[in-house]
Amino acid sequence: MKNTIKLFSLLLITVLLVAGCTQAAPPVEEPEVSDQPLRVAIVTPSSMNDLAFSQSISDAMQALQKEMGEGKLEYVYSENMFVVDDAAAAIRSYAQQGFDIILAHGSQYGSSVQEIAPDFPNTVFAWGTTVDTFDMPNVHAYEAASDEGGFVNGVMAALLTETKVIGVVGPIETGDAKLYIDGFAAGVKSVDPEIDVRVTYIGSFSDVALAAEAATTHLSAGADVLTGSAQMVIGAIGKAKEAGAYWFGTQADQTSFAPDVVVASQVYHWEVILREIFALRQDGVLGGETFAATLDNGGQVIKINPDLDLGQDVLDEAERVIQGIIDQTISIP
Amino acid sequence: MIKDLFTATVIIGIISSGIRLATPYLYAAIGEMFGQRSGVLNLGVEGQMLLGAFVAYFVVLRTESLLLAILAAIGVGALMGLAMGFVTIQLQATQGIAGIGFYLFGMGMSNLLFQKLIGVVENIDGFSAIKIPLLGDIPVIGEIFFRQNLLVYLAFLLVPLAWFVLNKTTLGLKIRAVGENPEAADSLGVNVALVRYFTVTLGGILSSIAGASLSVALLNVFQQNMTAGQGFIAVALVYFGSWRPFGILAGALLFSMVNALQLWIQVLGIPIPSELAVMLPYILTILVLTLSLTKGKGPSALTKAFEREG
Repeated sequence: MKNTIKLFSLLLITVLLVAGCTQAAPPVEEPEVSDQPLRVAIVTPSSMNDLAFSQSISDAMQALQKEMGEGKLEYVYSENMFVVDDAAAAIRSYAQQGFDIILAHGSQYGSSVQEIAPDFPNTVFAWGTTVDTFDMPNVHAYEAASDEGGFVNGVMAALLTETKVIGVVGPIETGDAKLYIDGFAAGVKSVDPEIDVRVTYIGSFSDVALAAEAATTHLSAGADVLTGSAQMVIGAIGKAKEAGAYWFGTQADQTSFAPDVVVASQVYHWEVILREIFALRQDGVLGGETFAATLDNGGQVIKINPDLDLGQDVLDEAERVIQGIIDQTISIP
Repeated sequence: MIKDLFTATVIIGIISSGIRLATPYLYAAIGEMFGQRSGVLNLGVEGQMLLGAFVAYFVVLRTESLLLAILAAIGVGALMGLAMGFVTIQLQATQGIAGIGFYLFGMGMSNLLFQKLIGVVENIDGFSAIKIPLLGDIPVIGEIFFRQNLLVYLAFLLVPLAWFVLNKTTLGLKIRAVGENPEAADSLGVNVALVRYFTVTLGGILSSIAGASLSVALLNVFQQNMTAGQGFIAVALVYFGSWRPFGILAGALLFSMVNALQLWIQVLGIPIPSELAVMLPYILTILVLTLSLTKGKGPSALTKAFEREG
């Protein structure tokens, strides 16, 4: 009797193992016929509701899903992948699971994409914010021309400051953040070169406490308008709110966080770029393109807080500058 | 330009920023010190801080009661501490690895709970600054020291309290004995396991309050991973302070004030590359450590599990 049970258990385990293993075999897929939902996987370095970088891609995917219908677009994500090795593992795993498009939403993921993409020639890899596609046929690159929105924000900030001192709280002096901040400073100077723009890079994307102290430092030094980039700025916005200083945001719409002081946010609409990537894939083009989110193509939108009384001249000037950048009559140094 | 650093505004700014930045380090490091003095290394401080930060924030968001928030943080911290104690004392798992496990748990759990229960970053009304009457009116000194919020004051009061408990009470004697020579302490009738459970639970509570001090006192907001490695720096501060409360105070203040200094350096436009400025607190801490003559040896039984013979 005991032996029968042992034999039966062994048989059961074997059957289960075989069944389990068969299911785990990675399917190799061709580009799909259009009645199958498009499956997208996203890897980001911070959380999807960080009100900044990752928030922007999350909002884009939700907008696209609403637009295309939930049956047509499915997406999954791995957030908080700030350790690049973890992100690489996630990217590879998604590719093995047969996702059609993988978005490596972080400029630190470049080497991972470069390493993994050749192994999955039928998968579209898109990464940002950058312009390097490594000359690979299935890699796209996308970036935001955040200096454009930065410039517009800078112009508005220069018109609103009364102490003529503006503070900037940046994360690490690189990429998207540096582009925005340089554009912002240029915008301020284009209105009044005498205005003092002070920039602090706190050295971290996530240290909220340090960002808050940076804002406090700016305010003590006389700033009455602040701006900054990356998710830790919520600490800075909090201090701006306490002091009644104006705040200019980027990457996502930060108005909801402090509706009394957030003047405008440069909001990224990655869906403009993603639509193109999807369309190219339908035509069989899996990579090799670089994209930029600009004011012109709607990839960037300046969302001005409608509840703040800024004065018509500020709003008019913002409109003029936005149009000037689109028409290329205004160039950003 | 450098002389701009020596104005009253800047000096007041640096010291008061330093005091605020040091607060979470003080709670977490003093808590960790108690655990380490009894021989238990807890690397899960960061996870405990994150969970404490979330719980306190959530309670304030839903009930607007600061007292309940702190009680909730204490409860969660105690649970995490007890769990750490169980894993390292009862099950005798390797302390370092167990700690990392708790770090990952705390980080993941706080992220999950935030996403499921709240989902959107928003701010709350937390502890506000309390001006201490009379003392708060002293020019300069009053502005720096006596206009902070309650959790900041308590953090600094914790230091002499910890010193007193550790050095002047029987409990402190037991803790130190257990950390130096648990076999001898055991032979004298000290319940080694109980002492270690106590210190590790206390450590969990204090780490959790450290996190709460961030989310409901200093910043009034919660964001995933908002502690950004401060828990690990707190553990390092225990070593830096030679396992002594006042040493930890010195370390926390040094690190935090230099951090505040580098912010002012950037704000005043002193031409140091931002990357270098950001490195300053870390470089200075290492420098002080290498140049310091009294290097603590550390509790002899640190990280060693204790098994009662017979």
